[in-house]
Amino acid sequence: MPTILSIKNLNKSYKGGFEALKDVSLDIEEGEIIALLGPNGAGKTTLISTICGITMPTSGTVTVAGHDIVTSFRAARSMIGLVPQEIALEPFEKVQNVVRFSRGLFGKPRMDDIVEDVLKRLSLWDKRDAQVRELSGGMKRRVLIAKALAHEPRVLFLDEPTAGVDVELRRDMWEIVEQLRVDGVTTVLTTHYIEEAEAIADRVGVINNGEILLVEDKDKLMARMGQKQLDVQLSAPVDEIPEALSGYDLTIGDKGRTLIYSYDTKSDRTGITRLLKDVADAGLKLRDVVTRQSSLEDIFVSLVSPKGEEKQ
Amino acid sequence: MNRTAIAAIYRNEMARFFRTLAQSFISPVLSASLYFVVFGAAIGSRIDEVEGVSYGAFIVPGLIMLTVMTQAISNASFGIYFPKFIGTFNELLSAPLNFLEIVIGYAGAAATKSMFIGIIILITSFFFVDLQIAHPLAMIAFLILTCISFALFGFIIGIWAGNFEQLQLIPLLVITPLVFLGGSFYSISMLPPVWQTISMFNPVVYLISGFRWAFFGVADVPIGLSLLAIGGFTALCLLVVGFIFKTGWRIRQ
Repeated sequence: MPTILSIKNLNKSYKGGFEALKDVSLDIEEGEIIALLGPNGAGKTTLISTICGITMPTSGTVTVAGHDIVTSFRAARSMIGLVPQEIALEPFEKVQNVVRFSRGLFGKPRMDDIVEDVLKRLSLWDKRDAQVRELSGGMKRRVLIAKALAHEPRVLFLDEPTAGVDVELRRDMWEIVEQLRVDGVTTVLTTHYIEEAEAIADRVGVINNGEILLVEDKDKLMARMGQKQLDVQLSAPVDEIPEALSGYDLTIGDKGRTLIYSYDTKSDRTGITRLLKDVADAGLKLRDVVTRQSSLEDIFVSLVSPKGEEKQ
Repeated sequence: MNRTAIAAIYRNEMARFFRTLAQSFISPVLSASLYFVVFGAAIGSRIDEVEGVSYGAFIVPGLIMLTVMTQAISNASFGIYFPKFIGTFNELLSAPLNFLEIVIGYAGAAATKSMFIGIIILITSFFFVDLQIAHPLAMIAFLILTCISFALFGFIIGIWAGNFEQLQLIPLLVITPLVFLGGSFYSISMLPPVWQTISMFNPVVYLISGFRWAFFGVADVPIGLSLLAIGGFTALCLLVVGFIFKTGWRIRQ
């Protein structure tokens, strides 16, 4: 897939010397969904704001489909849709009017059928004549997405789209993003929710202290960095790890009914076969064996923790 | 030039004007009518003529100017401050339009609104006083220039303001006194000599005087000076807008 968004050595410093972005470089392919993970103040929103023109870069370049965001800002921005983190909408205006306004603002001629299509896709058509202030928080978030899509952008930025929304709406949002992928829209989302990145992203970028720590295919990342756990569930509980199994990295769980074995999926030999044989030889009766993959959250925590950064 | 975007901003602002018709339209007309009743009928009945014009008619240009200036400022300042306050300003910054286009959209709508109100007050005045306009084209030109320049000024205030208090500060503490002391309801020649001299430092005197000349052919100051004053004020506002455009002052970090 061709690159639609290219960020090269992007820096952003504020008055007083605070460096919000430090030499950020990132290429995003057309049609992909990339999730930027990072703790509060990591630089996620600054990165998005700089690309979208809300703040000016201190140095570095960003191009959208080859158009520089500073020198060809009209062409670049017309391809971008932004769903901001905060709900910012004109409260007394009708839903369809705020969406229509956004389309006009991006220089697109009035086309009511496109606005209608966007509103229908976001289940807002029935609310088209309602004033924004009459809507629930979830509906307002949908209006923000509708506004961002009204001018048919090729790249959509979702800044913490599901912050503070209920589980049902979050899943609805994920479906909307998936549908956008089908339509060929490239999506860049920032999130606190690892679960969100795990559920919908193709690639994951981790950002902390204004630096991109890594960007990798989500599945590869989990496979590369993921630790797996083997839970050996016993028929009868044990008080301590038998002497014969002392050579393994085992812990006891579930009040002695489970032996937990951590192993690295990357290594050629996981030691599982030998462990199970030794468990049997030690006279322990197996009830069940369960494996668990460590989540993206574990990987994220390991990356942004000081120890993890050292490892990088 | 992103004309579609300018039109979108303009339409959006005008829609707000018509949505809040009572606040936007009835309120200034009611105020103007009250001025006619109090100054024109009650006080005016005890004043024969000013500069050869009946007092009721004499106050019409000043009253229109007073309303147009305050309305242009309040509409333009609120128009651009409101998106800043509710957070939709970022959408303007992320859209493919430059600051000049934002100014044309917002200040243009504010100027239109204030001109609309000015014309309505002019029409209202015909119900209260016998009025004839000596130089109609000059009157329209003065009205348009005043609406545009004060809308630009209001826009600058809206960009500068960090809260609602600041938004009201300059209109209340600077503009209202200048307009009231600028000869809206009297001729500068009616003042004692020392106050006449002080009044010459009030830029609004020149605007009201020029506008009154367009109505009655009489003025406190030469018409050329009035034109210079309104032209200079417009140029000054454009310079400040240009500075904001170039530096991103108070709009883009």
